[in-house]
Amino acid sequence: MVDATHGHDAHAAEFPDAELYHPRSWWTKYVFSQDAKVIAIQYASTALAIGFVALALSWVMRMQLAFPGFLEFVDANAYYQAITVHGMVMVIYLITALFLGGFGNYLIPLMLGARDMVFPYVNMLSYWTYLLAVLVLVASFFAPGGPTGAGWTLYPPQAILSNTPGQQAGIILMLVSLILFVIGFTMGGLNYIVTVLQARARGMTLMRMPLTIWGIFIATVMAMLAFPALFVACVMMLFDRLLGTSFFMPALVEMGEHLSYGGGSPILFQHLFWFFGHPEVYIVALPAFGIVSDLISTHARKNIFGYRMMVWALVIIGALSFVVWAHHMYVSGMNPWFGFFFATTTLIIAVPTAIKVYNWVLTLWRGDIHFTLPMLFALGFIVTFVNGGLTGLFLGNVVVDVPLSDTMFVVAHFHMVMGVAPILVIFGAIYHWYPKVTGRMLDQTLGLIHFWITFVGAYLIFFPMHYLGIMGVPRRYFESQDISFLPPSAHDLNVFITVCALIVGAAQMVFVFNLIWSIRHGKPAGGNPWRATTLEWQTPETPPAHGNFGRELPVVYRWAYDYSVPGAAEDFIPQNQPGGAPPHKEGSE
Amino acid sequence: MVVAVVFVLIVVGSVVFHFLSPWWWTPIASNWGFIDNTILITFWITGAVFAAVVLFAAYCLWQFRHRPGHKADYEPENKKLENWLMGLTAVGVVAMLTPGLFVWSEFINVPAHASEAEVMGQQWQWAYRLPGADGKLGRTDTRLVGSDNPYGIIPDDPNGGDDVLIEADYLHLPIDKPVKMLLRSTDVLHDFYVAEFRAKMDMIPGSVTYFWFTPTRTGQFEVLCAELCGTGHPYMRGGVVIDTQEDYDAWLAGQQTFAQLYAPEVTKTAELN
Ligand code: HEM
Ligand SMILES: [Cu+2]
Ligand SMILES: [Cu+2]
Repeated sequence: MVDATHGHDAHAAEFPDAELYHPRSWWTKYVFSQDAKVIAIQYASTALAIGFVALALSWVMRMQLAFPGFLEFVDANAYYQAITVHGMVMVIYLITALFLGGFGNYLIPLMLGARDMVFPYVNMLSYWTYLLAVLVLVASFFAPGGPTGAGWTLYPPQAILSNTPGQQAGIILMLVSLILFVIGFTMGGLNYIVTVLQARARGMTLMRMPLTIWGIFIATVMAMLAFPALFVACVMMLFDRLLGTSFFMPALVEMGEHLSYGGGSPILFQHLFWFFGHPEVYIVALPAFGIVSDLISTHARKNIFGYRMMVWALVIIGALSFVVWAHHMYVSGMNPWFGFFFATTTLIIAVPTAIKVYNWVLTLWRGDIHFTLPMLFALGFIVTFVNGGLTGLFLGNVVVDVPLSDTMFVVAHFHMVMGVAPILVIFGAIYHWYPKVTGRMLDQTLGLIHFWITFVGAYLIFFPMHYLGIMGVPRRYFESQDISFLPPSAHDLNVFITVCALIVGAAQMVFVFNLIWSIRHGKPAGGNPWRATTLEWQTPETPPAHGNFGRELPVVYRWAYDYSVPGAAEDFIPQNQPGGAPPHKEGSE
Repeated sequence: MVVAVVFVLIVVGSVVFHFLSPWWWTPIASNWGFIDNTILITFWITGAVFAAVVLFAAYCLWQFRHRPGHKADYEPENKKLENWLMGLTAVGVVAMLTPGLFVWSEFINVPAHASEAEVMGQQWQWAYRLPGADGKLGRTDTRLVGSDNPYGIIPDDPNGGDDVLIEADYLHLPIDKPVKMLLRSTDVLHDFYVAEFRAKMDMIPGSVTYFWFTPTRTGQFEVLCAELCGTGHPYMRGGVVIDTQEDYDAWLAGQQTFAQLYAPEVTKTAELN
C-alpha cells in the first residue's frame, strides 16, 4: 500500500515508484493483485464470461419466439428465467462491470498519469466482491426452482410470489447478488472518484482530461448516488420475502388464498428501482460517450469538436438523469400528473445528448479518417445510438408511450440504445486498447468479420422489432402467434430476427478466438500503434509495468486532442510533450 | 469507404422498410387518434434527424477518408454553430413535446359524463363490473375476496348490490359513449391493454387506476395483459365487444347483479367476521 504519511506537500501522485505496494509472490501478483491493471483484466474477463451466458440465453429466447417447441426444455418458466437473467446480467454484471471495473481500472491511472488507484487494497476487494456476486447469481441456476423469472425489474408483488419461477431460492439469490454487487461496486467507485480528483499528474487539469475519463468519472459519481436506491430496495424486498414484512406488499389473494401481507406499496418499489434504473442507463452510456469521443478523435486524426461542450453535456446529462426516472412508469398507475413533469425533463435531456452526437459527427468533418477497427465500431455506435436515442423520444413523450409501453417497441429501443450501442463501444475500445494491454494487435481480418456481422446484424435484429411493438405485440410474451390482430407475416418477421440473432451470436465466437489467439500470435504493436496523444500510450514499457510510468511520472502540457496541429511535425502531439501553448484557447484552467 | 455506402443503405433501407413493410398499427377503434397523430409527428421529426445525421456522417466518411498527404483541420470549437444546433434541437423537442402534453392532459382528464366500468385482474383472468341502475360502483376491499364474494365488494355499501358482475372473458360497451375504465387487481400487477384503443394502464393490488376512451367502431377486440404477472402472463386474454346501443341494452339485460348472485351468503360471512 501507498504510505499515506509520506510527502509534505508533494503531489499525491508523485510517490516514487519504490513506495508502491509490491507483490511478493505469484499469488499476489496475478490473483490477489492490488495493481489496477490486473484488477481491470480480472473484471473484464469475469464480465465477458458471464456475458456469454447472457448471450446464450438470448439464443434460447429467440429460438422460442421463432420456433416455439423446438427447444423442448423451454417452457414458460424457463423463458421467464431466461429473460430475467439475460437482462440483469447484460445491464449490470456485463456492461456496468466492464466499463467501470474493466476500463475504469485500466484507464484511469494510466490516462491521468498516476501509478495506481489511490486505495489499491479496497480496489482488490471490489473485484472479489463482484466475483462473489456473479457466483451467487450463477448458483441460482443450480438452486431448487432455478433462477428467478420475475423480469429484470423484479417488480413486487409478483417477484416473491409462487406463480413466478425461482420463488423458492432464485429470488433470494438474485437479491443477495445485487446487494453484493453494490457493495463491491461502491468500493471500486470510491477509488475511481478519489483517484480522478486527487491523483492526476502534474499539469493534468480537469479540463485537460480525456473524455474517456470524464465519462467514467461522471458515471461513477452517478452510480454512487443511484446504487443505494437499488440496495435498499433489495434489502426491503428480501425482508418481505424472508421475514414477512410488507414494504412492497399490499393485502392480496393469491389463487384464492389470502396471504398475510398487507399495507405495503408495490409502486414504492418501482420508484426506488427506477431511481436507480434510469441513472443506470446513463451509467452505461456515459463511459461509452467518453470512450467513443476519444476513438473518433484519434482515428480521424482531429481534435474532438467542442470539447468543453462535451464535458458540460456529460455533467448536465448526469444531473438531469436523476429527475427523469418515472418516465419508466407512465402507465404504472402512479399519479398521472407526474407525466407532465417527467415528460418535460426527459425531452430536455435530448438536447445535451443531441449535442454530443453533433459533435462526434462534426469531428469527422474535415478529418483524416482512418478506417481502423476501433473507428468502425465507433461509427457503428453513432448509427445505433442515434437510432435508439430517437426512439427514446417516442417513449419519453408520455402520451406516445401509452400505446408503446410494455411492447416490443420498448425492447427494440433499449437494445439499440443501451445494448448494441454501448457494446459496440466496448468492442471498439477493446480493439483500441488491446495493443496496450498485451503488446500485440488483434487480427484485422477477424476483426472486420466480427464488426460487419455484429453491426449490420444487430441493426437487422432490432430495427424491424420496433414494428412488432407498433402492431401491439407485448414484451415478455412466451408466445405471441395467437394474438388475434397479428397478421401471419408477423411470425415471419420473428423468424428473420431469430436467424439474425443466431448469426450475430456466432460472430462473437470469432471475437473470442481473436482475443485468445492474438495474445501470442498478433502483430507486435509497439508502444503507440495508433499514434495517440494520451498518456497511456506514452508509457516506457508496453504492456505497462507495475507503477505504470517507470522512474518519473509524466507532466502534462496540453489537452488530449492535439491532432493535426498546424505547423507541427507529426499529426499528433502527446500530452506530455512540452512546447508552446497550443493554438486553441483552452479553458481558463 | 464501404462504411459510407453502408450508412446510406441503412438510411434508405430503413425508410423503405417503414413505408413498404406490411407491419403497422391495427386500425384504431377509439377516440385516441390524437395519439396516433403524435406518433406520426414524432416519426417525421425523428426520421428526418436520423437520415440527416447518418447521411452527413456518410458524406464525411467519403469526403475525408485518409489519403496520402491528406491532413485534418484543426478546429476545436465553433460556438456559433454549436448554438445554432442546440437551438434547432430545442425547437424540434418543443414541436414534439407540446402536442404530446396537450394530448396527455386530454388522456388523464375524464369527461364528466363518462360512465364507469371496472376491470379486475387476477392470475390469469379478467372480470368486469358495471355500476348498475344507480350508476355507482360499490366500494371494494381485497381482504373480503372469497368464493362467496369474488369481487370483494363491501357488503354494507348500498351502491354495491345492483352492480352488474361479468365473470366472463368479454365485456360489452356501447359505441360512441365515453367510458372510464377503473382498473384493479387482487394479486399482482397486470395491465389492461387493447391495441385498437391505443390505451393501457397497469393494475395494482390495493389501488384503483384508470384510463378513459370513447369506442368509435363496433366489433370484438382482444384484451392482452401487458405487465408481467407470472408464468401465465401471455395467456391472460379477454375481450371487449363494442356494440350498438340496442345490442348493448340487450346484452346488459341478460347480466346478473351482485345481489342476485351472491348477496345472501355475503351477508352471512360478513356477520361472522
Ligand atoms: C444479440 C444480442 C441480443 C439479443 C438477440 C437479445 C434478445 C433479447 C430477447 C429476445 C429478450 C426478451 C424479450 C421479451 O420477450 O420481452 C431480451 C430482453 C432483454 N435484453 Fe436482450 N438481447 C441481446 C443483447 C442484449 C444486450 C447487449 C443487453 C444490454 C443492455 C440486453 C438487455 C436486455 C434487457 C434489459 C432485457 C429485458 C429483460 C426483461 O424483460 O426483464 N440484451 N433480449
Ligand atoms: Cu396479467
Ligand atoms: Cu400479465
